[in-house]
Amino acid sequence: MNAEVLQVRNLRVRYYTTRGAVKAVEGVTFSLYQGEKLGLVGESGSGKSTIALALMRMIKAPGRIEGGQVLLGGMDLLKLSEEQMRLARLARIALIPQGAMNSLNPVMRVKHQIADAIFAHDGSISGRDADLRIAELMDWVGLRKEVPNMYPHELSGGMKQRVCIAMGICLKPQVVLADEPTSALDVVVQRQVMDTLESVQAQLGAAVILVGHDMGVMAQFVDRIAVMYAGTLMEVGPIEQVFEEPLHPYTQLLIATLPSLEAKSAFRGIPGIPASLLDPPTGCTFHPRCPRAEGICRTDVPASRELRPGRWVACHLQNGGRK
Amino acid sequence: MTALLEARGVSKTFNAGGFFSKKQLVALDNASLVIDADRPSITAIAGESGSGKTTLARLILGIIQPSAGQMLYKGKELDKMDGAERRSFRREVQAIFQDPFEVYNPFYKVDHTLVLSVEKFGLAKSRAEARDLIENALRTVGLRPEETLGRYPHQLSGGQRQRVMVARAFLLKPRVIVADEPVSMVDASLRATILESLLKLNQELGVSLVYITHDLTTAYQLSGSILMLYQGSVVEVGDVERVIKDPQHPYTRLLVGSIPLPNPKLRRSGDKLRVTLDEVSANLSEGCRFADRCPYVTAICRESSPRLYLTEPRRATACYLFKDSPTATSEEVSRASA
Repeated sequence: MNAEVLQVRNLRVRYYTTRGAVKAVEGVTFSLYQGEKLGLVGESGSGKSTIALALMRMIKAPGRIEGGQVLLGGMDLLKLSEEQMRLARLARIALIPQGAMNSLNPVMRVKHQIADAIFAHDGSISGRDADLRIAELMDWVGLRKEVPNMYPHELSGGMKQRVCIAMGICLKPQVVLADEPTSALDVVVQRQVMDTLESVQAQLGAAVILVGHDMGVMAQFVDRIAVMYAGTLMEVGPIEQVFEEPLHPYTQLLIATLPSLEAKSAFRGIPGIPASLLDPPTGCTFHPRCPRAEGICRTDVPASRELRPGRWVACHLQNGGRK
Repeated sequence: MTALLEARGVSKTFNAGGFFSKKQLVALDNASLVIDADRPSITAIAGESGSGKTTLARLILGIIQPSAGQMLYKGKELDKMDGAERRSFRREVQAIFQDPFEVYNPFYKVDHTLVLSVEKFGLAKSRAEARDLIENALRTVGLRPEETLGRYPHQLSGGQRQRVMVARAFLLKPRVIVADEPVSMVDASLRATILESLLKLNQELGVSLVYITHDLTTAYQLSGSILMLYQGSVVEVGDVERVIKDPQHPYTRLLVGSIPLPNPKLRRSGDKLRVTLDEVSANLSEGCRFADRCPYVTAICRESSPRLYLTEPRRATACYLFKDSPTATSEEVSRASA
């Protein structure tokens, strides 16, 4: 295994609302290795986007990072000053936010929007050098050289998304976070964007965290997968092994309920409704929906343990050899 | 076969550009579709955004009128119905929309939507009877009435809200439900439960479904026949088993090949897309609309658009690759869609 680029330790994020504290991320720990693609899956409201924002230190009030460490190359991002963090963003760790393609400025040419990001980090770079850099970026993401001179409305959804990828990697960060980069795109364009992300990642040698809910995209793209439920990580492991033999009941259900082209009319959903983060269930947050919940699941929070090399699971059933 | 609902070569053109602009946008071009009256069926209408699938849904529901062609329900044109016929059409053909967040009035409890339907169509004689109907409908879609009724929309999850919409549609004892992307905004773990309740309505209660989607996997799982749309044209129509497992039109092939299979062992290796899809000059006035993206394009494709060819007894494909097959008549296209 390659060296660890990013270590997240016991990260906790809460949103303080008038109805109480929403425990969006509760003690999340994981590592990201150099050059790997990690998938972070979960239902809406499971805290996966919050993790991405927390890694960038972009959680806004009423949200707050309550504790933990985010170590990027040994440096704790949570301890940096605002200015140090501003310089680290994009240059060392970059986020391609959800719906990024809809937040391009409609009255600015693409190249000026990318140049903005470059100038914000390096005021001394000349206009010509910036143009050269942008031309190189376009080449990386497979866009024509006329694109920088165009306005967002002249581009298709897939092209806009690739402009956003170009923006995200313009300073060659070590870690790229992509939050649902393909959610609003149809399958063909989705595949093209994922191909782009993959080739960019290979050229850059960066590590990528892909946040999403589509297990199909994960299966096709990532090396390892981390499964979130109600603010905690339920299972982390290599993608092939997790699909082959999911260890956590939630992962098992998530994979069993995937629609496929193999069986017709066999719909199986996960019974129950997603846990409330405002008032999470006691013990394991998944126990109300878990078909195999036992007494201990209702009272004690299961700790995440490395069951086999590289396979982390937070489930009481995996304790003491019981299955 | 008697047609319950029929689209007979319907087209829809919208004015593009300003009020005085002569620019026309063909949202749907000469589409035919039949829902059989004799057996409950599930028909999928699939295509990407801008393919015209929602336009077709709105035509079927009578929300918009076709620019050409006819929309018929029980043999009667939708815009020529009298009051009573229109009323029964409105009850018997129900809709479920994509966004379970926008269809509710946030100031009313979810009961309101259900009670209103019962009242407007006079389905119950008393309050108790109305309550029974509503509770029964909720149970049919797998919701517990005591956990659903009396709540505001924001207190329910997206999946629950969408199931309440399925219950509302079912409450009216419809013959047909048109579901426009019913699960695209719902979480993956809850999608299956919604599709399951739709399937139940079809199999146990005999409701025909028109399932509109961009997701070929669920289209395959749910439906019996499928109509593939590309930029307003029907490119392929037939039995879903045949169309998905052995796609004929290059566009269908591209789509089926792009489905992200939930199996890491079946990763696509190396077969990157050959064509850059961005160089699409949208809305060619002549020729096949897929020509610019098509790996099999020939000179004729750019000259005139292909008609639907009857490639198999109940299957039609609009592509010159199949020009040796006979041209499909509109009845044959309709039969393939049923």
